[in-house]
Amino acid sequence: MTREITLSKAVNEAIAEEMRRDPSVFLIGEDVAEAGTPFKVLSGLVDEFGPERVIDTPISEPGFVGMAVGAAMTGTRPIVDLMFGDFLYLVMDQLCNQAAKQHYMSGGKLSVPMVLRTNLGATRRSAAQHSQSLHALVAHIPGLKVAMPSSAYEAKGLMKTAIRDDNPVVIFEDKLMYQDKAPVPEEEYLIPFGAANVLREGRDITLVATSSMVQVAAKAAEALSAEGISAEVIDPRTLVPFDEATVVESVRKTSRAIVIDEGHRNFGVTGEIASRISEKAFYHLDYPVQRLGAMDVPVPFSPALEDLTVPTPEAVAKAARRAVRGEVADAA
Amino acid sequence: MAAQAAKKTGGSRSGKEGGAAKAAKANTEDYLRMYRQMVKIRAFEDQANQLYLSAKMPGLTHMYSGQEAVAVGICEALTDEDRITSTHRGHGHCVAKGAEFRQMFCELLGREEGYCRGKGGSMHIADQAHGNLGANAIVGGSMGIATGAALSAKLQGSDFVTVCFFGDGATAQGLWYEVMNMAALWKLPVIYACENNGYSEYTRTDEIAAGSLTARAEAFGIEAHRVDGQEVLAVNELAQRLVERARHGEGPFFVELDTYRYHGHHVGDINRDYYRSKDEEAEWKERRDPIVNFGKWLEAEGILSADDLVAIGDEIRAEAEAAVAYALNASYPEAGEVDMHVFAGVDHALPYIDGYAKGAGA
Ligand SMILES: Cc1ncc(C[n+]2csc(CCOP(=O)(O)OP(=O)(O)O)c2C)c(N)n1
Ligand SMILES: [Mg+2]
Repeated sequence: MTREITLSKAVNEAIAEEMRRDPSVFLIGEDVAEAGTPFKVLSGLVDEFGPERVIDTPISEPGFVGMAVGAAMTGTRPIVDLMFGDFLYLVMDQLCNQAAKQHYMSGGKLSVPMVLRTNLGATRRSAAQHSQSLHALVAHIPGLKVAMPSSAYEAKGLMKTAIRDDNPVVIFEDKLMYQDKAPVPEEEYLIPFGAANVLREGRDITLVATSSMVQVAAKAAEALSAEGISAEVIDPRTLVPFDEATVVESVRKTSRAIVIDEGHRNFGVTGEIASRISEKAFYHLDYPVQRLGAMDVPVPFSPALEDLTVPTPEAVAKAARRAVRGEVADAA
Repeated sequence: MAAQAAKKTGGSRSGKEGGAAKAAKANTEDYLRMYRQMVKIRAFEDQANQLYLSAKMPGLTHMYSGQEAVAVGICEALTDEDRITSTHRGHGHCVAKGAEFRQMFCELLGREEGYCRGKGGSMHIADQAHGNLGANAIVGGSMGIATGAALSAKLQGSDFVTVCFFGDGATAQGLWYEVMNMAALWKLPVIYACENNGYSEYTRTDEIAAGSLTARAEAFGIEAHRVDGQEVLAVNELAQRLVERARHGEGPFFVELDTYRYHGHHVGDINRDYYRSKDEEAEWKERRDPIVNFGKWLEAEGILSADDLVAIGDEIRAEAEAAVAYALNASYPEAGEVDMHVFAGVDHALPYIDGYAKGAGA
């Protein structure tokens, strides 16, 4: 049986199911219990699991992330709620120096089975310190896995896999998508890491998109199809591990690619994926791999400015048309 | 002298802290073990220093010599189930928690048989089997881990206690105040053990620490103690009581242990007159050495003779030398190990992150 539920509900269900299944799983973070987080994603969990397993903390991000690392190293499986992705900067030492490296530094003796769930996404009129998409920061660090759900269905399956993983996993939810509904089966399912999802098959161009950009790419593909351009849309689902083969195979077929991601374009995810395509599908390419990312400015507050900074379906469609027609790309 | 009492500086309890040594480890076997453990640490460090001076050891290392009574006094109050987190100056904690010379020297020399298969080295040595969650090269970096281990004990209903070792310099890290707050709120079984050796790197503690350290813990309602870290029995007596109480839900606790490092900040810190005098070093070594003084006490109590003490030293030094010889001949890890142990459940990380190999369960 499949019903339509919100992404928020999907995450809530995934966590509840895993907490029922495994008593060593617990939640920790700011206002996760009665408040259920500012986004209400975790509402009701404290009623079922009690304050021992849904733990409200003081506003001490390095403190509770560090504690989650230690708890994970000693027999429990914490899910840490980091209220905004922008707060990753505060916890970098605990996440990147401690969690990411314990298994390696101990020669495989210690492990850190923890999930850090946080968010990304601009256009919520939240300005520069509550709108960033910082997944590239953590995807850069060996020892961390990074998941990027693009719908309610994806969010549930990836969260369950993350909770069962024996490594630190950072999962980024798009905070603008919490109320977006999608069909989600009632039966249990997991989505494996490192297996990209081909949402739509196409012949002329490959659109590789992450998180909310998957919807942007899908809309662009729809518009393009009305013009006779057939676009393939791929959601890698996880950045680490990254399903290179699916992407490369697709581009070998279509000969053109655009990579769309909401992180800043400069030195980020789009550059990484574009470079992999260039390395592995170079002789199949008819056009330089294009990249669309967040504009390389701090996210502005004014709606008039903020909306200019994120890729739109129109921008993707425009770039795709030029690529398919072989028009020279903008010099700038 | 060894029975000198620990001084409690605060907290609401009116524990009687005099006559400590009589209650502590009140049998010969335990005294002998504590003595041997301290001698082991000193012997280990002497060998490690030699390895560095003779250019046989990769990198630098930080010597624990002089601080032995802290690690041994505390770890002798712990079981293998109890956890510790350690620091960049961590060989002493590792030995005191039960590690073997061979695997330790192999680790320092980057050999496959090391505790971490040569991947951690001196500053990341960990010994999971004995509850050592690892040294840490980030000053203060393990305070979250230790407090989280204590949270984990509470969540699982286990009765293990975690001791978080750190230096005076680490008290300047904000993380400590975040986790002390949570440990106090949630009554976690963690003991913060600050080894105040008077210096953080090349700077005197009184230049970097305002006010009193014990008062900082007390501000969170955490019972704080200050003890002479050169007196193994005083340290052990205090540790035994606090560990037992932490086990029964009375934690967290803070202990400041006054101690001294004999060597430089690291093995390469040879000319250090600019930050501390030779007279000061001589004073600690000649009058306050934890091993010599405990040896004298054992002799005075008729537990060991002077000859026994010499024999123990000789035996342990020979053991350390043999372990070094073994480690110097032990193999390095194969090149193919370089991308192993990046992820649990994944053999080789490189094909995995590119999506060409599946990990366990995923
Ligand atoms: C976060 C961080 N800052 C600086 C350093 C460099 N460093 C290594 S040890 C040390 C001094 C630490 O002093 P203390 O905590 O008193 O320990 P001790 O060396 O005296 O044992 C410093 C500054 C570091 N490793 N990590
Ligand atoms: Mg110091």
